[in-house]
Amino acid sequence: MSRFRHTLLGRLARDPLAVMAIVIIAALVVMAVFADLIAPHDYTAMHMTDRFAAPSAEFWLGTDNLGRDTFSRLLQGGRIALTVGLTAVIISGVIGLVLGMIAGFGPRWLDNALLFFFDTLRAYPTIILALALAALMPRGLTTVIVVVVITSFAEYGRVVRTQTLSLKHAEFILAERAMGASFGRIVFHHILPNVLGPFFILAAMNLPVVITIEAGMSFLGVGVPPGTPSWGATLKDGFDHIRQTPWLILAGGLPLILVTLGFTFLGEALRDQLDPKLRSGR
Amino acid sequence: MTDTLSVRDLSVSYDTRTGALQALRNVSINVPAGEIVGVVGESGCGKSTLIGALLSLLSENAQVVGGEILLEGEDILRVPPRRLQAMRGREMSVVFQDPMTSLNPVLSIGRQMRDIQYRERIPEAEKSRRAATMLARVGLPDPEAKLHAWPHELSGGMRQRVAIAMAALMQPRLLIADEPTTALDATLEVQIIELLKEIQREIGCAILFISHHLGVIAELCDRMVVMYAGEAVEEGPVEAVFQRPAHPYTAKLIECDPGRLRERVTALPAIPGSLPDLTDPPTGCIFRDRCDMATDICARTAPPRVAVTPGHWSACHHAQTVSA
Repeated sequence: MSRFRHTLLGRLARDPLAVMAIVIIAALVVMAVFADLIAPHDYTAMHMTDRFAAPSAEFWLGTDNLGRDTFSRLLQGGRIALTVGLTAVIISGVIGLVLGMIAGFGPRWLDNALLFFFDTLRAYPTIILALALAALMPRGLTTVIVVVVITSFAEYGRVVRTQTLSLKHAEFILAERAMGASFGRIVFHHILPNVLGPFFILAAMNLPVVITIEAGMSFLGVGVPPGTPSWGATLKDGFDHIRQTPWLILAGGLPLILVTLGFTFLGEALRDQLDPKLRSGR
Repeated sequence: MTDTLSVRDLSVSYDTRTGALQALRNVSINVPAGEIVGVVGESGCGKSTLIGALLSLLSENAQVVGGEILLEGEDILRVPPRRLQAMRGREMSVVFQDPMTSLNPVLSIGRQMRDIQYRERIPEAEKSRRAATMLARVGLPDPEAKLHAWPHELSGGMRQRVAIAMAALMQPRLLIADEPTTALDATLEVQIIELLKEIQREIGCAILFISHHLGVIAELCDRMVVMYAGEAVEEGPVEAVFQRPAHPYTAKLIECDPGRLRERVTALPAIPGSLPDLTDPPTGCIFRDRCDMATDICARTAPPRVAVTPGHWSACHHAQTVSA
């Protein structure tokens, strides 16, 4: 137990904010993974007699305009949100990490070229770029992921580059070089562990953004194909039938809020714990 | 006696917007095996450039214009990169000035100390044992537990001990100490100096000790080199240099040492004038503008090395007069 107290998880367990974040995220993951087991109804089944049904024991969060069970669709939406979120964050994170370290380590011209590239990408408003790309690509989750990756890897790249640059001339890196460490050793043993802290914090903070972009694209009708129970699509249905089914807005919006809160708290807690200087009393 | 380190006519300059800044000009320093040699000089005299050159860690805009750096007979300016990498850490290692920044903040002490031994084909447990032994040697209490500690959990003095343990771990032939006590309290300073002496005796390495603090040099070193504006101006045994300095700069430096003050003064003594512009160094003697003894010859010709006693020389036309 005493050793566990010093691990990252052990330290997070004593931070109320982190506990809250982990509970929210764990609940989300469980709901997404076991969606088929938890769901009281088939999420595609249309109960024509129960269209626009208010929340009841039968339909916990009511039904939509086609009589589909909102709660079951919400669970399925969590699955989509997590899939898109994790895939996009991992892909853009890895691209950003690699490009950022190349920019940080490479010659000045390469650094400038990559920075220009990052800034160009970041200059586009996400939704505008998403609409443009969606017009060129077939509608589907892949398109959503591509859009998100293109709009977000530049941010990782910038953070990793800055971090690498400041580390490159740090005294302990000089010390390592003076001790005979090879280039690869310095990059993987000394720079990378120092970069990963801020990187994971950014990833945790970025995940809800990604999920929101997916929801936004689905809301605008350029995201998931029609009929797919994305939270954004649910929100859109609720918006279209706001008089009949106001609960749909809650069903689409509340999970988005919870996910954002959960991952933002996690990011905050990670930052407190991963920065050795902020880390207090063991 | 052979020299562990022999720097010959080393010149290094930096490319700057106003031209080449000649940070080191024909510097020669010898560190005999098993001896501690101190390099002293004020800020801007080229101490850091010297270390950069010795470790081949000069910044990108610096270039070695000439000279050689022989470590046990091998010119580290000309060995292939692989060989240089093999020599670093094993044949020479370094203790930096600020122990707060010279350790990797996200790796445990043990991990960093095992990492240094990456060339050794021995089990990890053995590497940990060696690391703990070395930590015990540098006087850290409870070395086994310290292996699991993170740098931020240790005080400055403890960190500097760890840094010394790391530098000494591979039993190098030459240990370069870059003002290792400057960032520490005065009481710790004495302890670290004693520790360096002990380590030197135990592993028999030579130490090149860089400092701007005359007292520390006097306490620790066998020989000393005085640097001014990128040149070595005087070299000799520590007692000889302190008792009979043969260069006007050395004499002034010793006069200005606050440790020598016997009475209360309102202003600390200083050498009037400032460092010459190193992008366009004056002809003749580099120190002549600030020197009381400067004569015509000082403006015309660069002073040769004048031996005042065997093993004690000064780059001054008036060396004999100064030391008399």
